[in-house]
Amino acid sequence: MNGWRGRILRINLSAGQWTVEHPDADVYARQIGGRGLAGSYLWDEASRPWDDPEMPLLFFTGPLVDTASPTSGMMTVMSRSPQTGTVGDGSFGGSLGTALKKAGWDGLVITGRARTLRGIEIEDARITLVEAAPLSGRKTPELYARLKGKGAVVLAGPAAEAGVRYANLIVDGSWAAGRNGLGLLFAAKNLKYIAVKGSTTTRVADPGALKRAQEDVQRLLSASPFLLGDLGIGRYGTAALYDLIDARRMMPTDNFRRTRFDAARGMNAHAFHKRYAPHRTGCLGCTILCKRIASDGRILPEFETLAHFSALLGNAEMETVMEANRLCIELGMDPISAAATLSCHGEIRRRHPGPREILSLLQDIGAGRGIGKALGQGAAVYAEQCGKPEAAMAVKGMELPGFDPRGAYGMALAYATSTRGGCHMRAYPISSEILRKPVATNRFTFSGKARMIKGAEDLFAAADSLTACPFVFLAASLEEYARIFTAVTGLETSADDLLSAGERIDYSERIMNFRNGFRGTDDDLPARFFEEPGTGNGHLEIPPLDRDEFLKARAVYRRIRGLDSEGRPTGEKAAELGIAWSGEIGG
Amino acid sequence: MDRLIRKYADKLVRSGLAEAGTPLLGAWDVELIWNREDEMRPLIEKIFAGLHISALLFAQPAEPYRTVVDFLARTAPSGVLRPEDTETRTFLHDLPVVTTFEAEKLIQVLKKRKCAILPGRGIIACGTVSPEQAFVTFSSACFACFVKFFADVLRDVRAGSSSPAQQAAFRQAVEHLDPPAQRVSPLLRGPFRDEATVLTAMEEAGKATVDCGLVDSYFGNISCLFEDILYISQTGSSLDELQGCIDPVPLDGSSCAGITASSELSAHRAIVARGTCRTILHGHPKFSVVLSLACGEKNCEVGLKRQCHLCCPRPRRAAGVPIVPGEVGTGLHGLCHTVPPALADSRGVIVYGHGVFTAGRTDFNGALSSLLEIEKGCREEYFARL
Repeated sequence: MNGWRGRILRINLSAGQWTVEHPDADVYARQIGGRGLAGSYLWDEASRPWDDPEMPLLFFTGPLVDTASPTSGMMTVMSRSPQTGTVGDGSFGGSLGTALKKAGWDGLVITGRARTLRGIEIEDARITLVEAAPLSGRKTPELYARLKGKGAVVLAGPAAEAGVRYANLIVDGSWAAGRNGLGLLFAAKNLKYIAVKGSTTTRVADPGALKRAQEDVQRLLSASPFLLGDLGIGRYGTAALYDLIDARRMMPTDNFRRTRFDAARGMNAHAFHKRYAPHRTGCLGCTILCKRIASDGRILPEFETLAHFSALLGNAEMETVMEANRLCIELGMDPISAAATLSCHGEIRRRHPGPREILSLLQDIGAGRGIGKALGQGAAVYAEQCGKPEAAMAVKGMELPGFDPRGAYGMALAYATSTRGGCHMRAYPISSEILRKPVATNRFTFSGKARMIKGAEDLFAAADSLTACPFVFLAASLEEYARIFTAVTGLETSADDLLSAGERIDYSERIMNFRNGFRGTDDDLPARFFEEPGTGNGHLEIPPLDRDEFLKARAVYRRIRGLDSEGRPTGEKAAELGIAWSGEIGG
Repeated sequence: MDRLIRKYADKLVRSGLAEAGTPLLGAWDVELIWNREDEMRPLIEKIFAGLHISALLFAQPAEPYRTVVDFLARTAPSGVLRPEDTETRTFLHDLPVVTTFEAEKLIQVLKKRKCAILPGRGIIACGTVSPEQAFVTFSSACFACFVKFFADVLRDVRAGSSSPAQQAAFRQAVEHLDPPAQRVSPLLRGPFRDEATVLTAMEEAGKATVDCGLVDSYFGNISCLFEDILYISQTGSSLDELQGCIDPVPLDGSSCAGITASSELSAHRAIVARGTCRTILHGHPKFSVVLSLACGEKNCEVGLKRQCHLCCPRPRRAAGVPIVPGEVGTGLHGLCHTVPPALADSRGVIVYGHGVFTAGRTDFNGALSSLLEIEKGCREEYFARL
């Protein structure tokens, strides 16, 4: 087999046993890998409670991983989200995907619950379940320092053990697999870490064709201002977006009550670079290198973390953002959700936490201590408990990231329709609405956005399955990646075929969510966005979203997506896409 | 959406890419909508239904594009055209030729590429997000074919291998060439006193550049230095529609708000950093690009490896200005490394297979004049070399 390794490792922690599965070639061709292949393993189990021991926790690589394909050092983790109840997944970088492929595995299916805290160690075909009780409660840097000799490492931090609903997984000490609370799955399975070391090589069908296609992608990356331009994320990290998002008056500020942050100029990527003198790093196999490590070893915040720990909380201290980011990594929790929950808390009590309180509250959350226990349930649950559900800026229970939807209407629709809750990465519409790629679109209209979002969701579902970095698709397209896929696997495909696969993968997730009780009414935004304006400047006003226009666009989206008028998936569309589902809720 | 399809159908005609009333442009909104009725619509709609696209354009190119596109398509050795210009190399990769107008065949081709050429019938181009993409692809295909055709003719004539069919197509294409463009009215005079004037001057110069036909589609870029801020056109912006599409980029790097600036920001910054000019204009005039490809060097190692665009080692000139290698953007072989030093001693620089950079001291009059003169000079030189 070229590209794939042909083997899936299934580990049952209850029994302390593992087996090897060999999926048919057509399963690989159909599901690709990553998000698609993981979804196919979740399909039959998706309606179990997330903490049911039989609920699988899935780690899947893609066919391009461990090859010379550009930006292919990514992989997917998936299960049912403890935070939202939807399909929960994250695409993440680091070296775990490459290590797993090198060890000869396309994916890892973990079920059961160990009787005591365990670690899983994989070295090629040798699997060892290791006693990990002494590691309980340890912070992620300390854990990683102890484990990194064992290869690539993914681990859960104290936040998972404390029951934080947005607990992350930390990869190689610095990358986060986040946004769905999948760290809690580790806790539910009494699993502390997975370490992987591999020594074999993934076969490529046509290395020459891969080299040519890789050069085509590299040429496009070099031509992209956003990726490798003077002011792009290859130079400043994703924090490079900070100035632009503020200038476009869509910076979530004061828990989304305003859309411009007065102190933004002093908190931008340039200011962080000047103060912390970071060096560049990135995922294995990437030339963009968008991660930044400060001279003191701390990781510089990504754009969303920077935006939320500054503007959303009204904090103008850079060092507080750096420390908040460090704490979230150290404790193993999602910084977007953590900051948004603190902001919600601030709104409810009518006072945002100051710099010192931000840090102490994060520590309380990570330890499940005092009010931190309630804040660890996320903004939606916390606000509901306080009798102020309107203060939670979340969709399907997941807090919204650093792009105010009043400043980009495609983003408004994408937040609402995302299969994993308030997520900007399912369709990344700022690509065209703000960054002008592949073509600029008018950000203040819903016209044409339903089709644009549906197409982008399909594209990113395919990208997450390949598994390639989503950012690369702001320069390259599936046209180039189809050639890469063919060069690696030897299977003929096209951009359009990959979009078809992406459409099927997305629709499968919608069916799983539907079976778990999600309905079209869940595809909505917090009322604030329809009632309150953003922060204009006299020349440019940021009005509230027009509710009727939003609902019309959502109705068009449903039609294009093949949902019924209530937003439910249908058996007919499933059959058209080749998904074996009769339309029954339990089926 | 209706407004967009009409806009780009009109723009095809206004830019001389298609005859009035001929472009058929459709796009999905709530329903599939078209710019006009046409008996081809049922067949094109079949193609729409077979692809994940949002826009589709089918049109017969206007002359002289029609002649050159048809000639190249009919003589393409393997059913694929591989023009050497930068736009094709970077964004289109190659141009597939389809000889039968069958929906299924076209679907298979358009699943892999953004456009296809149908000899004798026209070009079909699609967009995944907007009709604008279909327009740009159509326009780029026309530009690429123009450049390839005229470069091939020069190469073949000089080698004594030009066929009668090529000669006939050449004569027909030349008959349809517009006369060299000339600028009649002057642009705003510098030095500019405030930001508003800078923006107005840039919009005016951008439009004049397009009006003079010095671009492929509407692409190119333009910048002006004013009080330590470089004002530069945004990536993917239309030079003739720059209002609201100009980014201010502080030279001290204190803001990344210009992350949407042109992919040639690095080159523009390096040029103004030399302190001798404040305005820069970059267009894609056709004969300048054609001549940049015309190299008679035999047994050149770089040429044999087809790496002229990356690292041509020869000091070449056309119309009195240097021709340099360099790719779009900031890569190892990016034109940001080659254009600024070459422009220091010249009124302009031609980038291999790509376009021309010119600069001015205080306003855009000199830069536009240089662009016009270089293109006119290259055109004359082209015919002289024949």
